[in-house]
Amino acid sequence: MADMQELLRLLGELDDQLVSCMRCGMCQAVCPIYSQTGREGDVARGKIALLEGLAHEMVKDPQGVQDKVTRCLLCGSCAANCPSGVKALDIFLKARVILTGYLGMSRVKQLIFRGLLSKPGLFNTMLSVASTFQGLFTTPVNDIIGSSCSKFLSPVLGDRHLMLLARTPLHSEVPSLDTPAGASGLKVAFFPGCLADKIFPRVGHAVLKVLAHHGVGVYLPAGQACCGIPALSSGDKQSYDKLVRANLDLFAGQDFDALVTPCATCTSTMKKIWPAMAAGMGAKDQQRIAELSAKVMDINAFVVDKLGLTPPEPKPGAKSVTVHDPCHLKKSLGIAAQPRTVLRMNPDYAVVEMNASDACCGCGGSFTLQHAEISATIGMQKRDNIVGAHAQVVATGCPACMLQISDMLSRSGDQIAVRHPMEIYAESL
Amino acid sequence: MNDALLKEFQALVGQENVMESEADRFSYAYDAAVLEPKMPGLVVRPTSREDMGRVVKLCNDNGLPLTVRGSGTNLSGGTIPSIGGVVVLTNALNKILEINEADLYAVVEPGVITAKFAAEVAARGLFYPPDPGSQAVSTLGGNVAENAGGLRGLKYGVTKDYVMGVDFFDVDGEIVKSGSRTVKCVTGLNLAGLMVGSEGTLGVFEKLILKLTPPPLAAKAMMAVFDDVNKACETVAAIIAAKIVPATLEFMDNFTIRTVEDFAHAGLPVEAKALLLIEVDGHPGQVAEEAEKVEAICRQLGAQRIQVAKDAAERNKVWEARRAALSALARVSPTTVLEDATVPRSKIPAMMVALEAIASKYKLTIGTFGHAGDGNLHPTILTDRRNTEEWRRVEAAIDEIFDVALGLGGTLSGEHGIGLAKSKYLEKETSRATILYSRRLKKALDPKGILNPGKIIGE
Repeated sequence: MADMQELLRLLGELDDQLVSCMRCGMCQAVCPIYSQTGREGDVARGKIALLEGLAHEMVKDPQGVQDKVTRCLLCGSCAANCPSGVKALDIFLKARVILTGYLGMSRVKQLIFRGLLSKPGLFNTMLSVASTFQGLFTTPVNDIIGSSCSKFLSPVLGDRHLMLLARTPLHSEVPSLDTPAGASGLKVAFFPGCLADKIFPRVGHAVLKVLAHHGVGVYLPAGQACCGIPALSSGDKQSYDKLVRANLDLFAGQDFDALVTPCATCTSTMKKIWPAMAAGMGAKDQQRIAELSAKVMDINAFVVDKLGLTPPEPKPGAKSVTVHDPCHLKKSLGIAAQPRTVLRMNPDYAVVEMNASDACCGCGGSFTLQHAEISATIGMQKRDNIVGAHAQVVATGCPACMLQISDMLSRSGDQIAVRHPMEIYAESL
Repeated sequence: MNDALLKEFQALVGQENVMESEADRFSYAYDAAVLEPKMPGLVVRPTSREDMGRVVKLCNDNGLPLTVRGSGTNLSGGTIPSIGGVVVLTNALNKILEINEADLYAVVEPGVITAKFAAEVAARGLFYPPDPGSQAVSTLGGNVAENAGGLRGLKYGVTKDYVMGVDFFDVDGEIVKSGSRTVKCVTGLNLAGLMVGSEGTLGVFEKLILKLTPPPLAAKAMMAVFDDVNKACETVAAIIAAKIVPATLEFMDNFTIRTVEDFAHAGLPVEAKALLLIEVDGHPGQVAEEAEKVEAICRQLGAQRIQVAKDAAERNKVWEARRAALSALARVSPTTVLEDATVPRSKIPAMMVALEAIASKYKLTIGTFGHAGDGNLHPTILTDRRNTEEWRRVEAAIDEIFDVALGLGGTLSGEHGIGLAKSKYLEKETSRATILYSRRLKKALDPKGILNPGKIIGE
């Protein structure tokens, strides 16, 4: 679509959502990027004004607008704090799709999303090859965190400290499961998400251990696809739709009480973004999305709210653990108490709070690759707050946050382990 | 903007602090007023006060219009660069230079965020009372330039009551000093007073000296429910007549009550015609006594129900309802026009009657809430600016609201400023001579007319 009229028409469809922004500017108070740059084009009000300006032909340069719209962590802080309830995340995702449709997508992204990510089998094979050879290009740097760094890859990755691909991803060890409800009387569908499958399989194993302990049946189908958010946030609706449909084919209509994921971003995507982006997917898929989304739950919320846990008192000399609230759990879904309850289930740990536990870690998916400097500045503030809590462990319910926080702590040489709350609980079982 | 000039700005403040792309410039074309955006030619973000002075001079030397912008939250178009030119941002000048606990003042740069400043002051056991609705993002420079108010105006006054001094750049970039760090100061003309509320038309702030006070030791909040707007208004007058000055005395009409309840489920009485939210503060003994008196007055004047907050949580609940007012109203329709015509407080009943008549005459939805204690109501028109026919009725209704307010001896704006939005009404409230005097003053101080042209006094 290189047609300006078509671009204007599609932007016009966003108009009802755009016009609800009253330009009060309250988003400035919470935007992690604006707090770094002080530039209006970086905050939701500015981006919405630009989209309106483009739709009404007061702004003529779609590329300039796209550059602003993609300088965004999609953390949802603005939407959570908006007095007039503007659905800023919906707007920005739709705008990325529209603008990418007009401007086109880079060859690299096409290759990644259309050639790889949307073909789960091939994607798994490629990464399994990569995991065999990654050791040749990387050197371990921090044993507590388990991070490495890479001189060889520094042109692409900068001075990042990486969490390597797992030697054995979750799907190789546990290709599929279908166990009946046990003592709990409940059965869940389990969607580990790409990062818990390929980088943190230990999180996936922890979830399975906890579910087994509580007598929860598990439906884990083979061949799961990515939830779609990386493609969508790059404006690739084609790959996104394909990924959503692949997952619908695996999960829709199956018999389970909840679909659980240990990834805040996957949860929030499947619960809120799938329905918001369902228009144009056909009545049958819309119906399947509505039914499935209603069942999606964060694993911490499932364990606490559905299984009714009562935490014991921490033992004397318990290790201290501090909590980072992922944006996609707290701001998007209002889940903050449950991960803390999950941690308190292990009496060998005591929870201590850090300052600004719900401030974004600065990851934002591919944002951290495209805007490495801002991402690291925001991440280092998170690191300072973690260190300030004097905890031995930091726990967070999102593998993407785990990656970013591991990078920040490792770069600073901190000896603080990064864990998922389910890992801590599973340790006690 | 020609290349040579662009390079000069870049050389002055650094390339990274000059924004020239269309997307960057368009994001400074608007503020929180419901007005058409106007794109500036350039946006400059000085990172030191010295650079700010040089930017002002460069603009003046080249006859470039200069609009100073803090966080761009004002509601009257004061930061819209109406004839283009350069938007100069203050938000990199965000240092609190001094908080003096012995002498109860603070010195700040103009880009300090109001709420951050108030929190910093509170951390030292002191109090900066002005609390405009946008305080979480607004800048102190913007507050002074707009003479911002807030919920505490009745007892504690507004921003102007806390300005002890303003140092500012004249159009040649020279620093003009006014006021001092002392409580008393009669040295020279009261130029700091001239700067307050001048909306960037007379000078560009370099730093501000602000007054601090000890905080009240105790506070008590309550909510009184009325089945009649008049009874609520009479209660306001009676409280003041009893020589009690509450820290806040807020009003919500039935439409606002219902909308807030729909949105926040705060347990508000949806059948009530009016609510008063009242807080008294001060010494604990005085607070207890005043709260009792206020409660008695509310009862005498026919309040159906009075809820006194027993603890901090209940107190918070009372104010949550008030804080939710604008958010709740804003969600009803795409466009929210928040007015602030203000009347002497005894005229609030008449103003409320007139607002209802205006709403029905122009077939508009108007929710009214606001600072009943100081006569500063916020009739809020809920509309859709894309509906041109309805928008014409909105404009006619706004004209009439101003006429009524002035007829009752009130003023066009209690706290939002005149800016672009209300400059055409200014003569109605003042006089031709007032406008001409102001224009002569402006012409003398800013011969090329570069400082925020078009604002307040037109031209």
